[in-house]
Amino acid sequence: MLTPALALLGLLFVFPVLYAGYLGFTNLALVGARSRDYSFTGLDNVVRMLGDYVFVKSSWLTLIFVVGSAIVGQSVLGMALALLLRNAVVPIRLIVGSIVIVAWVLPEITVALVWYAFSQAGGTLSILLRHSDTNFLVVVPMLIVSLANLWRNVAFSMLVFSAGLRNLPTEVLEAAEVEGASVWRRYRQVILPLLKPTILTNLLLVTILNLSEFTLIYAMTQGGPGIETMTLPLYVYQEAFVFHQLGYGTAISLVLVLIGAVFSLLFVRAARSQA
Amino acid sequence: MSAVQAKRMKADPSLIVVPYRRVSVAALATNIVLVLLGCFFVLPMLWMIFASLDANPDWAIKLPSLTLTNFADVIGTAGALSSFRSSLILAGATTVVTTVLAVLAAYPLSRMHIPFKRGFMLAILFASGLPVSMLVVPVYQLYVYLGWLDSLYTTALFLAASSLPFAIWLMKNFIDAVPAELEHAAAIDGAGTVRILRQVVLPLTVPGIAVTAIYTFINAWGAFIIPFVLNSNPDDQPGPVEIYNFMGSHGLFKFGDLAVFSLLFSLPVIVLYLFMSRYFSGAFSFSGAVRG
Repeated sequence: MLTPALALLGLLFVFPVLYAGYLGFTNLALVGARSRDYSFTGLDNVVRMLGDYVFVKSSWLTLIFVVGSAIVGQSVLGMALALLLRNAVVPIRLIVGSIVIVAWVLPEITVALVWYAFSQAGGTLSILLRHSDTNFLVVVPMLIVSLANLWRNVAFSMLVFSAGLRNLPTEVLEAAEVEGASVWRRYRQVILPLLKPTILTNLLLVTILNLSEFTLIYAMTQGGPGIETMTLPLYVYQEAFVFHQLGYGTAISLVLVLIGAVFSLLFVRAARSQA
Repeated sequence: MSAVQAKRMKADPSLIVVPYRRVSVAALATNIVLVLLGCFFVLPMLWMIFASLDANPDWAIKLPSLTLTNFADVIGTAGALSSFRSSLILAGATTVVTTVLAVLAAYPLSRMHIPFKRGFMLAILFASGLPVSMLVVPVYQLYVYLGWLDSLYTTALFLAASSLPFAIWLMKNFIDAVPAELEHAAAIDGAGTVRILRQVVLPLTVPGIAVTAIYTFINAWGAFIIPFVLNSNPDDQPGPVEIYNFMGSHGLFKFGDLAVFSLLFSLPVIVLYLFMSRYFSGAFSFSGAVRG
């Protein structure tokens, strides 16, 4: 019964992964002589990356995006929403909770469109900030795509934390309350330590998911203006399919996998150390 | 504080006056902050709804001068209809392939002794985290070689492969939750594996299958980069690619049509999510998942 799944995964998943591991060290091109007659070039792509200022900038932008929008933004706001919703009156809890979840369920392209509209000159954001001739997607592009991403994905962390909070032992929470610990102290010294496994899992998943974010950023900016929002997934696409450098593009995607693996190891190690 | 205590305090405020007042200020602040956050989430969406009904929409949210011509425009164009058809084929085929294979694979993984099962499940979890942008170049090369480019069905096949790891993982957890005694009883009564799967396991895991299928469908419905790269046939572009092209070409003049199109395109997944969420509570408590 496993066979059909293994066959499909073998052909369209395992093979491409291994093939990527090889292509990343070749000079394969999409068109021209190098599209047929390509060869293994050893560490040439790695050397090229180190001297490629777009790659360096792109890595930096990816780090900003993942740390700012995902690790800090999404986790902190997700936790705040989960805690606030627990203590809110029922109608507000239902309405705000549903709106946040709808933002998450919307297709990414729709999110890209509504945030594009929101941040244009003459758009809602510019009117709210009384700068109606400012296109915020040009002035602060990285901030806007990070906000849009936060807006879309925070529901995930919110749901994870809500489930985590629901599963906390109520006796412990009530004991802390009876003893008169302040809200902040209860949170810092009781809830947070109990939630640590949930927090680590959330961080791991959120990092991995956001590291490969493509559609939202690409549909809003195509990496621009200039290369101001060219995170690594967009740079992979540009090198491979716009500049036709399939080999170099694949090499960059391997770096992306490597970054993901490093983050995963860190989180798994953190989870083990406290188990 | 717990809901019970909140009720108790509300019932008799004279008993503990000071904490009650302090709590109520905190409660008020909580609700106000939530309303403000709610505005942050609803404002961008509101534009889409208002602009879709507005005769003269622009980028800002404003009360529409009501009209349905935008809807009539979009529904009347062949392009919009065909992209809905393409999305339906793409997401439908992906969902069928993924769900069937996931159920078939998850059952033995849940019930039978398979060598290296733990390693396999970890590999599955790891695979579902791999970025699609890593796979897209080798898969493109493979599709060139196989002559599979520019077809919705072969594109769906890759979407199915990329959503399969997570679907297997999800499905295995659902089957794990079904008590195995029923199957033992059926086996003692002489039922074969296929019969047990069809008449005992399947009916009990319908909610799990529904969640897996809907989750896969929602993802495939919104998939962008895979059809964007693998299928360049202009006649059957799915919704997301169509919206992207629309934004790039004449979106700047036809805000209303763009808003209508994205609104209509978003509705199916919202409805499906609402349907699924009834079964979905609990799926997010994976606090121990990192430890495997």
